[in-house]
Amino acid sequence: MTNLKRTPLYAVHVAMGGRMVPFAGYELPVQYPTGPTAEHHAVREAAGLFDIDHMGQFRIVGPDADAFLQYVQPRDLGKMKVWDAEYSYLCYEDGTFVDDIFIYRLPDAWYVVVNAANREKDLFWLDTLAAGFDCDIIDESDPTCMLALQGPKAQTVLQKLTDIDLDQVAFHTAARGQVAGIETLIGATGYTGEYGYELFFPAESAIAMWESLLEAGKEDGLLACGLAARDSLRFEACLPLYGHEITAQLNPVEARLSWVCDWDKGPWVGREAVLKHKLEKTPRLLVGLEMVERGVPREHYPVQAEGETIGWVTTGMKSPTLGKFLALAYVNRPYNRLGTEVDVIIRGKSRKAKVVRRPFYVPAYRRADA
Amino acid sequence: MSYKYDESARYAKSHEWARLEGDVVVVGISDYAQDLLSDVVYVELPEVGATVSAGEAVATVESVKAAEDVMAPVSGEVVAVNETLEDTPEVVNEDPYGAWFFKIKPSDPSELDALMDAAAYEAFVAEEEAG
Repeated sequence: MTNLKRTPLYAVHVAMGGRMVPFAGYELPVQYPTGPTAEHHAVREAAGLFDIDHMGQFRIVGPDADAFLQYVQPRDLGKMKVWDAEYSYLCYEDGTFVDDIFIYRLPDAWYVVVNAANREKDLFWLDTLAAGFDCDIIDESDPTCMLALQGPKAQTVLQKLTDIDLDQVAFHTAARGQVAGIETLIGATGYTGEYGYELFFPAESAIAMWESLLEAGKEDGLLACGLAARDSLRFEACLPLYGHEITAQLNPVEARLSWVCDWDKGPWVGREAVLKHKLEKTPRLLVGLEMVERGVPREHYPVQAEGETIGWVTTGMKSPTLGKFLALAYVNRPYNRLGTEVDVIIRGKSRKAKVVRRPFYVPAYRRADA
Repeated sequence: MSYKYDESARYAKSHEWARLEGDVVVVGISDYAQDLLSDVVYVELPEVGATVSAGEAVATVESVKAAEDVMAPVSGEVVAVNETLEDTPEVVNEDPYGAWFFKIKPSDPSELDALMDAAAYEAFVAEEEAG
């Protein structure tokens, strides 16, 4: 593990009994002694705290910053007000994914959150595209710490540490202020299917922030959560993960993410290719599978129909919330239809599964009563 | 880390425990094994009546992390399987020395002697942990 980076919370994780594993070039806790299942349930029922400092942050400033960001990704930024935060992605000209991103519109800049493993690649790609635009892309990942506080009790916990009225910070917006005395950008965003926050603040305050949050949330059932819970939570909500559901070999149409695209805003990198995929229909699509016969579907397991391989599993597991064995998988048409029976090849054995609706777990913010 | 050991059981290098109860050998996975696996979500058991050889993969234990084989520590016939694990696999984490997977009627009981006793297994685990 000699070349792995550590977040400022490394020693805290070790002291808490976190099981450290390599992930995206970092040593991060995959779980604490509470275990991934308990951590998962804590986020669904109370709250969870995640060290996601491996994520990268770019600040884009300059006279052409608006035009530049409008050009490099498919969402119409004209529809984002100051303090809005939205999901998007970067595509190559051929319509395949560079990365998926989160965009925050700050009063004086655009703030873009990228995946840790893609930070260097994204920066290089954006720098390449920035030729001819009068703007600067500043990589603020190292001096910035990023934590996620997620779950139905997240607001209660965070409100104890800040004077900002969190009732006024709507889902997918942001605010700036003091949290536990630390100057923080608070995004009402996340990756779990629950309401919650992502916090950005100076890296030197990482331990103070982590400990303040854990202490404030103790009486609310807040648990520190590792990567395993982060993965099972985002999986149930069918939020894609780069390297699994989205890669440089896949495009937004087959990944079912073309809802992000604005076709009327003018040119953006990858538009023609993505539009072509949309009009011509892609030969394969991302679907949800539920095992009919028992077995744990896992990444890369083949999906077959009538003995022919027609796809592969991108993520699969026993869903902690639903108790079912579920998978996200790419399958060829026409096997994408709801209710279609397919076989997942689990350790050499064929096990029946059927195509089911996504998301497996409807996020709190997408429910009728939300 | 400190793990629990059942003094009355013998242990395989692949982290199964084997306990002689009457004339059958009861088999499960050790506390160290369940901790290494993390939360167990699925167990696949052998068929009752199957003839198995020592060292043969006869069951599967799957956790949130990985799928691992469970080996028969001795040769013989599978005479019982713990079907309750199919619906409550988490018992493997909660009570590793109670959560037995299968029972074997050994064809050669002396194979048990080739396995480690609790003290030897504890030393073996310490070595594995040291990497």
